[in-house]
Amino acid sequence: MSFAAAFFYLFACILVGSAFMVISSRNPVYSVLFLILAFVNAAGLFILIGAEFLALILVVVYVGAVAVLFLFVVMMLDVDFVELRQGFLQYLPVGVVVGLIFLAELVLVVGAWASGPGVSVARNAVMTYPRGNTHALGQVLYTDYIYFFQIAGFVLLVAMIGAIVLTLRHKPNVKRQNISAQVARTPETAMEVVKVRPGQGL
Amino acid sequence: MSWQDTLIKVLIIVGQSLALLVALLIIIAFLLLADRKIWAAVQLRRGPNVVGPFGLFQSFADLLKFVLKEPVIPSGANKVAFLLAPLITCVLALAAWAVVPVADGWVIASLNLGTLYIFAISSLGVYGIIMGGWASNSKYPFLAALRSAAQMVSYEVSIGFVIVTVLMCAGSLDLSKVVLAQDTRLGIFGWYWLPLLPMFVIFFISALAETNRPPFDLVEAESELVAGFMTEYGSTPYLLFMLGEYVAIMTMCALATVLFLGGWLSPIPFAPFTWVPGIIWFLLKVCFMFFLFAMAKAMVPRYRYDQLMRLGWKVFLPISLVAVVVVASFLHFTGMAPQ
Repeated sequence: MSFAAAFFYLFACILVGSAFMVISSRNPVYSVLFLILAFVNAAGLFILIGAEFLALILVVVYVGAVAVLFLFVVMMLDVDFVELRQGFLQYLPVGVVVGLIFLAELVLVVGAWASGPGVSVARNAVMTYPRGNTHALGQVLYTDYIYFFQIAGFVLLVAMIGAIVLTLRHKPNVKRQNISAQVARTPETAMEVVKVRPGQGL
Repeated sequence: MSWQDTLIKVLIIVGQSLALLVALLIIIAFLLLADRKIWAAVQLRRGPNVVGPFGLFQSFADLLKFVLKEPVIPSGANKVAFLLAPLITCVLALAAWAVVPVADGWVIASLNLGTLYIFAISSLGVYGIIMGGWASNSKYPFLAALRSAAQMVSYEVSIGFVIVTVLMCAGSLDLSKVVLAQDTRLGIFGWYWLPLLPMFVIFFISALAETNRPPFDLVEAESELVAGFMTEYGSTPYLLFMLGEYVAIMTMCALATVLFLGGWLSPIPFAPFTWVPGIIWFLLKVCFMFFLFAMAKAMVPRYRYDQLMRLGWKVFLPISLVAVVVVASFLHFTGMAPQ
C-alpha cells in the first residue's frame, strides 16, 4: 500500500467519522467543530488527487469564514436541541426521501463521470493542464465562462442586498459618528477664544 | 523509490522543521523582549532589566515561570475545548512557517500555492480564540471571542485582496517566485512596496488587526474585558496562546517581507552587499517590520469597535477592491503582466 493510499484511508475515515459526529453529537457547538474537522479532511482528500487550489480555497472559504459564522450563530442562539429532537421520528420519512434523492443524484453523476463517452478527455483536462490547476480554473472561470460567473455573482449580490434590506432598521434618536465632519473640523470652526473680564463673566 | 529513501527523506524534513522551529522560538524569545523594551523606551521606562545582562534572559525566566505553575481549569469549563484551544492557536501559527522562504531555496515545503496556504492557515487562527472564549464558560472571554472572530474575518478580506494585487504583479502564488520577481537592478526601489505603496499600508494595518495587536487589540481590551478570551487561562495554556500570538505576528512580518520588501534580496544590488547571506537580509527586514508593529503598539490608542468595523468594511475593502481592478488593468494594457 502506497503512502497516498494510506493517507487517503486516514482522511476518508476521519471525514466519515466526523460527518457522523456532526449529526449525532449532543452539543451543537461540537457538531460545528466536527463539521470543521470534516472540511479540513475533505481538503486533504482534494490535495491527494492533485487539486491543491480547491483544497486551500475550501479551507479559506468554508473553514475560515462560513464555519466561523455557523459557530457564531450556534454559540449565541439558545437552541433547545432536546426539543428539536422530539420530532425526529415524525420527520424521519422526509429525511430519508431527501437522502435517497441525493444518493441517486450522486450515483448518476459519478456513474456518468466514470463511464460516459468523451468524459475521459474532460476529466484529465484540468489535471494535465501544463500550467497547473490554478491557471486552468482561472481560464475556465474568468475567460471561457465569464458571463455565467458574473451572473452567479450578481445572484449572490441580490441575495445579500435582499437580506440587508429585510433586516435594516433605521432607529430614531441614535447618534452616529460622522467621520468626515470630524476630520474637517479646524481650530477656527471648533473653538472660540473669548476674553473674560474679571468679575463680569461672559 | 525504496523505503530507505523515503525514510531518509522524511528524516531530513523532520530535521529541517526542528531546526526552523528552534530558531523561530529563540528569535521570538528575544523579539518579545524587544517588544517590551521598545514599548518601555517610548514611555521613558527601562523595561525588563533584571534577568541577565540588560534583561536579555527575561523571556526564558517567563517561560520557566509559566511552565512550572499549576494549570487551573475552571470547574464550569468545557475541558477538552479549553485545552485544545491554545494548542490549535500555537500549532496553526507554527504550521504557517512551512512555506516561508527565509533565503534562496531555504524553505521546508516549496508549495506552488504558498501564499494561499499561509492565507488559509492564518484564517484558521480564529478558531483558537473562539474555542478558548466559548470553552471558558465565562462572560468576558465569550464577548471577546465574538468580537475577535468578527474582527479577524473582516480584515482577512482586505488582506486577501492586497495579496491578490501582489500576486498579479509577480505572476505566481509561490512565495519564492514572488521574491525573485522583485529581483531587479533597482534594488530596494524595485521591490513592491514602492509601486504598491497604498497596498503595503493597508496590508500593514490589516496585519495589525489580524494578529490582534494594538491599536486593534479589542480581543483583550483589558479596560473592558479583563484579559479577553484569555481571562480564565494561566500557566502553560496561557503561554501557548501568547506564543501563538507572537508566532502569528512573526508570520505576518515575514509575509510582508516576502510580498513587499523583497524577501532575502539585498537592498543594494551590487557586490559587497550581495555577498551577505540572504537569511541575514531576511531577518533584518522581519525585525524592521516587527519594530513597526512594536511602535504602533506604543504610540497609537485603541480603536473603538464600530470604528474598527468601519475601517475594515467601508475603507479598506473598497480601496483594495478598486486597487485590484486598477492594477490588473494597468498590467494588462501596458503589457507588463507576467506571462
